This record gives sequence, C-alpha cells and structure tokens, in this order.
Amino acid sequence: MHRHHDMGGLEAGPVEQTDHVHEPWEKRTDAILRLLTGKNASVMTVDELRRGIEDLGPGIYDELSYYERWISSITNILIEKGVITIEELGKEMEEVQARWREVSK
Amino acid sequence: MARGFEMSAQFSIGERVHVRRAYPPGHVRTPHFIRGKTGVVANIAGEFANPEELAYGRDGLPKLALYHVNFRQTDLWPGYTGQPSDTTVVAIYENWLDADEGSEP
Repeated sequence: MHRHHDMGGLEAGPVEQTDHVHEPWEKRTDAILRLLTGKNASVMTVDELRRGIEDLGPGIYDELSYYERWISSITNILIEKGVITIEELGKEMEEVQARWREVSK
Repeated sequence: MARGFEMSAQFSIGERVHVRRAYPPGHVRTPHFIRGKTGVVANIAGEFANPEELAYGRDGLPKLALYHVNFRQTDLWPGYTGQPSDTTVVAIYENWLDADEGSEP
C-alpha cells in the first residue's frame, strides 16, 4: 500500500489547465506557511506540512482545495505542537462567524 | 572542495541502484511506482536532512545523500507504448537504495 497522495501513474482523467486568481485567504495561507517555516522562527517544516496533508486521509484530501489542505494541515500541526490550543481556536472561530453574521445582515 | 557531499554518498553517477520494495506507513517521499525497480544514478543532488524524520518534528540528522535516478519507462509501466529509450528521473534518498544485484530490471 501507498498513501493517497502518491498518485503517480494512476488513472486520474484529464488535467484542468486553466489558471485561476488566488483568493486573499489563499495568499495569506501561503504567507503564514512561509513565516512558520522560515529561517528566523522555524516553528514547523514543509515536511510536517506534507505529512499533515497526507494524514487528512483520502476522503477529505479529495474534497478540499489546494490551500484548504494547507491550512488544515498547518492548523493540526500547530495544535500538535502546542502553538495554539483547540480552545482559543474555537473561540476565535466563533468570533469570526459572529462578525460575519453581522456583516452579511 | 565545495561539493564535499559527494565524498559521503555511497553510490556514484552511472551506478545501477535498486529501490527498496517497502510499503511502510507514514510520510515517505519515494513514489510507489519505482519501489522494487532498478535505475541508474544520473546525478547526486546533495545531502539533506531525512524528510521521513523532519515530517514528525525531529531533526532528520545525519543528513542523507539525495540522488537523481533514471528509470526506463518500459521498466515502470506494463505495456508502455512510447519510445523504448524514454526515461523518467526521480529524486530518491539514499536510505531507499541498495546496490543492484542484477536480479530484476
């Protein structure tokens, strides 16, 4: 057996070659990873990012977009390392959702 | 000599090498389609910390030699219909390689 991401040579259908504009949150995700893996404050490695993406498992791996996989993996690894806690993340997510409800009223 | 890493590399350019046929769980960088196959060292890319260790937050030391290994497409894919001279190159860490015993292609 090999892991789900290891797809080389498997049937996958045509490759979608159209370019797309990156959303602001996608650019921010990219920037967050660069800061976390940078020389100045090396909190995690790109190898941990990849492992975290693989650990999402086949179902979620296919459902999430490229940067959704990144931010999911980054989040899990930061929890694992104790950089953020589940509690503070949950509270922050509640706040953001509340703000969003206000804005979209 | 700046390229001192070549001194510690176990294999040299042009040497035939055999990729281990192993399917361990966890973060592995060796794609499944070359496991158990034999290729020829095309280049020694350098020495890098072991990604299988870095992926779990460890230092990955001692560093491993990383090779670019050429495989014949006809050795990789049953019923390959392209040119018999077609090759594919894969970056492989030294811990996945053995000296070729000439047992299988």
